[in-house]
Amino acid sequence: MSRKLLIEHAEVPGIASFETYRKHGGYASVEKALKTMSPDEVVDEVKKSGLRGRGGAGFPTGMKWSFLAKPEGVERHLVCNADESEPGTFKDRYLMEKLPHLLIEGMITSSYALGARRSYIYIRGEFMYVLRILEKAIAEAYANGMLGKNILGSGYDLDLVVTPGGGAYICGEETALLESLEGKRGNPRMKPPFPAVKGLWGNPTVVNNVESIAAVVPIVNEGGEAYAQIGIERSTGTKLISASGNLVRPGVYEIELGLSVEEFIYGDDYCRGIANGKKLKACIPGGSSVPILPHYLVTKTAAGTDRLMTYESLADGGFASGSMLGSGGFIVFDEDQCIVRNTWNFARFYAHESCGQCSPCREGTGWMEKVLFRLEHGMGTLEDISLLEEINKKIEGNTICPLGDAAAWPVAAAIRHFRDEFEWHVNSPLEAQKRNYGLIQAPLEA
Amino acid sequence: MKADHPQAVNEAPIDFSAHTMAEINRVIGLFPEGKQKSAILRILHFVQDEFGWVSVGAMNRVAQILAIEPIEVYEVATFYTMFHLDPVGKNVLEVCRTGPCQLVGSDDLISYIEEKLDIKVGETTKDGMFTLKTVECLGACGYGPMLMCKYQFYERLNKEKVNEMLDAMRAASNS
Repeated sequence: MSRKLLIEHAEVPGIASFETYRKHGGYASVEKALKTMSPDEVVDEVKKSGLRGRGGAGFPTGMKWSFLAKPEGVERHLVCNADESEPGTFKDRYLMEKLPHLLIEGMITSSYALGARRSYIYIRGEFMYVLRILEKAIAEAYANGMLGKNILGSGYDLDLVVTPGGGAYICGEETALLESLEGKRGNPRMKPPFPAVKGLWGNPTVVNNVESIAAVVPIVNEGGEAYAQIGIERSTGTKLISASGNLVRPGVYEIELGLSVEEFIYGDDYCRGIANGKKLKACIPGGSSVPILPHYLVTKTAAGTDRLMTYESLADGGFASGSMLGSGGFIVFDEDQCIVRNTWNFARFYAHESCGQCSPCREGTGWMEKVLFRLEHGMGTLEDISLLEEINKKIEGNTICPLGDAAAWPVAAAIRHFRDEFEWHVNSPLEAQKRNYGLIQAPLEA
Repeated sequence: MKADHPQAVNEAPIDFSAHTMAEINRVIGLFPEGKQKSAILRILHFVQDEFGWVSVGAMNRVAQILAIEPIEVYEVATFYTMFHLDPVGKNVLEVCRTGPCQLVGSDDLISYIEEKLDIKVGETTKDGMFTLKTVECLGACGYGPMLMCKYQFYERLNKEKVNEMLDAMRAASNS
């Protein structure tokens, strides 16, 4: 069983209250940082920890922090991205609902490291009940001297505000989030300038995922080096995985990076295998934006080595035979699932969520949805499959934000690995309406 | 008049309840001087809580409160999908239709609710009790199929649970 650094106390009764959280060692990182460390020393510990952004991109958090511009007399901000909306991802909701004070503690310690005196948590509007939990916890933190003026007598002041979105996937993209936080439409901004230079209201801003900010707490408590001991290579520490789809036991799991995919899917401590005694057909290991893997590439890489839950191992083989750890949204398909239907479903999602700013994404996602709809409903042609690949190439890399790529890659991967199933929908449309294609065979050379 | 073109409608601002106004003033106070526009999404949620939907008159009032142009409210309210720009039933059932929920039966859930309420997605029951909508991923993928109503999540739904849920909502709305 993996060591738990984040959600060990999640199921303790009353842990959402300040008092109980404090009794279980809560706010120790605030005391340690504000009383015994300089802000730069906190940044150094985060750098040493090797922590990589837990929202999906996997960019080193310490490095992101060190890019923050610090001009004299200009306010800086830390913004927590709690807009969790990547399909397949629901870990931050669990963390915030169960352990609101863990996020608040991480916000205080991280804001201190960055010299931010006004920090914000931007949470998706659908999580309004979680916002209310956080608001209550923030009030408790103020009442107990952890927020406000002169925290713990250190001379450091911090105000923390939680504010909701209104239902827009694109606001998980950091510049769209900042636009939304300024009370505008969530249209992503051109970069540069990066938020670290010009972010919220034009001030230097760091935007971090909920889980990244929470991870700062054990990093400061136990030291960056101790944190880096956990995991393999550049995948250090623990990671929350959201497991969904056709599993015996879906849910949120904290794993040590480096656990084998085999153990995660089938192990007694984790998902306990495929539901209803079915076979594994495919898996999207890091949220809907990452490439889908067929069953023969899920637990083993193309080279035949064990696939591990790390940034590197899940990407092994590149886009030809690998995928990505992404946000840790681990979606599992059993043998009865239709890949064409699912690809259409996700294409519809991206078409719905495109902000409409860039034509390649606005138009391209719409066309992919239409073409996949006709393939799924027995009205497609073989040319439609190559048309999809062509649309893909026209979106990829041609948009302001990564939503275009996020929409294009999964379609490309589905065709790459499941071309037979797409062609079967064209060649046997009546049969495809009646039954699912079933498992695909691994190519002979694999 | 189509509400997704609010500028086509000239409606006088409407008044909000004392409770809504108190909440609005509280959240405006959370942001620094001159940045009150940041409170707009929270304010629109409060407005929808009070009226069930966001009318042009309500948006015009929000513009007055924030001292911004009405178009700045319209462009925001039309961008974010949580805001209902047309009148809806007392209970809006928003069923997640995205991939992970589909893998565990959201298509069947939607059909069952359609049959049970005798409406299609996007419609409201004749008694004004329920509106059925489908939405994209609500971040409850491990607990699907699911739906949201009044910010509450109803998870791992099956026919029995849907029946119970609908009865409870009907009773609550009638009381």
